Amino acid sequence: MSPVTRGFHGRRRTPPGEEGRVPPGQYVTSDFPVLSAGPTQHTPTEKWTFSITQGGDTKKSWTWDEMRALPEENVTTDIHCVTRWSKLDTHWQAVSIDTLLEQVEHQAAYVLAFSDGGYTTNLPLRDVTGGQAWLAYGYDGGPLPPEHGGPARLLVPHLYFWKSAKWVRGLELLDTDQPGFWETYGYHMYGDPWKEQRYAGD
Amino acid sequence: MEGTAVRGRLTWQSATVTKIIPETARASTIVFEIPDWAGHRAGQHLDVRLTADDGYRAERSYSIASAPGEPVAITVERLEDGEVSPDLTEELRAGDEIELRGPIGGYFVWDPATNVGPLLLAAGGSGVVPLRAIIRNRELTGSTAKARLLYSSRSLPDVIYRAEFERPDPGLDVIYTLTRSQPPGWRGHAGRVDDALLAEVAWPTGQDPLAFVCGPTSFVETIAEGLVGLGYPEDRVKTERFGATGGRQ
Repeated sequence: MSPVTRGFHGRRRTPPGEEGRVPPGQYVTSDFPVLSAGPTQHTPTEKWTFSITQGGDTKKSWTWDEMRALPEENVTTDIHCVTRWSKLDTHWQAVSIDTLLEQVEHQAAYVLAFSDGGYTTNLPLRDVTGGQAWLAYGYDGGPLPPEHGGPARLLVPHLYFWKSAKWVRGLELLDTDQPGFWETYGYHMYGDPWKEQRYAGD
Repeated sequence: MEGTAVRGRLTWQSATVTKIIPETARASTIVFEIPDWAGHRAGQHLDVRLTADDGYRAERSYSIASAPGEPVAITVERLEDGEVSPDLTEELRAGDEIELRGPIGGYFVWDPATNVGPLLLAAGGSGVVPLRAIIRNRELTGSTAKARLLYSSRSLPDVIYRAEFERPDPGLDVIYTLTRSQPPGWRGHAGRVDDALLAEVAWPTGQDPLAFVCGPTSFVETIAEGLVGLGYPEDRVKTERFGATGGRQ
């Protein structure tokens, strides 16, 4: 039984009618907070590539222009940060991860996304396929700003947003699950916001 | 990137508030007694859970303000539109019980045993809280690492832990910049941190400095990019950011 906290009534900032869209323990924000462990990355698009790798070998790589030539999807989705803000109806321009993985033959069960600056995060393959994950380069009709992960970030909105790696440069295909950056520091290996999987053991 | 994994499950614990220390007109330090605290490192944070009488709960993360070995404390700044901070700063009393769990985070952490190079601590507003834990940890462990705190605050009365920072410490320099108002005769810096001030305060890269930057996004972006511009390797610039509507503080 949780003790009642003196004077606390709660403001319940979830907009009326949106309750079912906001996972437990989250509040809705209208701005777009920035959280990163280190300096913002600035890789120019002419030096940018996106690679699918396995065991250190590059199986397939796209330049910026090659990636942008792939079919664009407009994604409208809610996002949920482990620091407890959720943002509803965000608009992204993106390439589906399905489109990228279709061009690679593999039998991997997991991926480790890797980014400029050394950030990594792990995801089951089934969570980055089936129309659930994107490589996003546009936000609200404009280029994705660097502080939000531009030129391109992963977008996996059904998991906590640390899984949507900023400044992403590729996916390493793996047979077994390996912790990424925050997962090594005690954050949850999977990160389902609806189950409040914030930290290891949740 | 280096790191020590945080293992095991983080369970909610009942903590007793032992003391509430007003720091500024808007910020208070809350000191807890926690029976089963596993210990923490300077720079980590914890989660607090508040429960209303109808069972509604809200959780927030707060940086730990105290050094390892000291009673666990957080410093909370009241946000006018906040759901949790007004309760923690206005309503809570010594003797109250509150639920928390931690410690959380392992990257924005200073380890006095392995990091002996000079420390550059850059704080924007209440971003000073985890840096204060580092400063106290440094002092209590007798670390020889020199430290500089660059603290950007709206005004002098908004400076948290000011009395503590004014105690003479030959290994610690505190450099304030006051962004909104300066007292008469103020001879320190005024306005936001710019590249010139950062270049003046930052340790030369040859000394292998380690930087911790904590504050609002715009502050952290300016400082972190400025330090990279001065030649600081990216993995020597650790950041923690909070937005206006939430985040850590």
